[in-house]
Amino acid sequence: MKIREIVDLLDATVLCGEAHLDGDVHSACGCDMMSDVLAFVKEQAVLITGLCNPQVVRTAEMMDMRCIVFVRGKMPPAEVVSLADEAGIVVLTSKERMYVACGKLYAAGLSGGDLAHA
Amino acid sequence: MRQGFREVTSLMPDFVNFHFDIDGDSFTSAGEASVMIKKMLRQMEFSPEIIRRVSVAMYEGEINMVIHADGGTADVNVYCDRIEIILADKGPGIPNIELAMQEGFSTAPDNIRSLGFGAGMGLPNMKRYTDDMKIESEIGVGTTVTMTVNV
Repeated sequence: MKIREIVDLLDATVLCGEAHLDGDVHSACGCDMMSDVLAFVKEQAVLITGLCNPQVVRTAEMMDMRCIVFVRGKMPPAEVVSLADEAGIVVLTSKERMYVACGKLYAAGLSGGDLAHA
Repeated sequence: MRQGFREVTSLMPDFVNFHFDIDGDSFTSAGEASVMIKKMLRQMEFSPEIIRRVSVAMYEGEINMVIHADGGTADVNVYCDRIEIILADKGPGIPNIELAMQEGFSTAPDNIRSLGFGAGMGLPNMKRYTDDMKIESEIGVGTTVTMTVNV
């Protein structure tokens, strides 16, 4: 799935990474616990979260994730967006709740991926 | 404040050391050393999987040192056949290492959970991503975690 399709499906606003919207993603992880995200690995993934601190970006960067979606209309601080921009990660914000956002992406064909080293 | 890092190329030709002082006062900056290591390893042209395993294991350790031990030091030694990560702190020590290694066990305070950590996955993730992990800990003295990723 193209990141651009995620923007449409979730009626999201792009906060940074416009240049990467045609990038492909193959799986997604909806989570507010970053260590659970770190136990999950799949190339070219999307992180869907309601947490808005810099560790969200660092976690995504560690896992080579391509896109972060902040749900429930959360607006991350400028420093968080700036960190993601430097790392080449697309940041989106959507008014959808976590459950609905995950459901829409799953129904559109974006899988959950595998657990790391499980 | 973070003291920055220094790159020390040892006299041995096949061994490069990266040293970091980890700031214990700032949860916001926790993970900066791991981000830097990730960039260094990328420049050294290691495979994406090796880079991810080293940086995730180090990141979890870095977060642990900030949460539990008021910071510490991180040394990453790059050999031709392996990468060694040594995390040392002068924190309270781990009373029961076996218990601490169980997924879901955590002594992190609630405010840390609200920041996305403290789910009891840190040490298990560090073990999961590395080929070898040793924990040496003494109550009231500190903890040293040594992890190895074979290249």
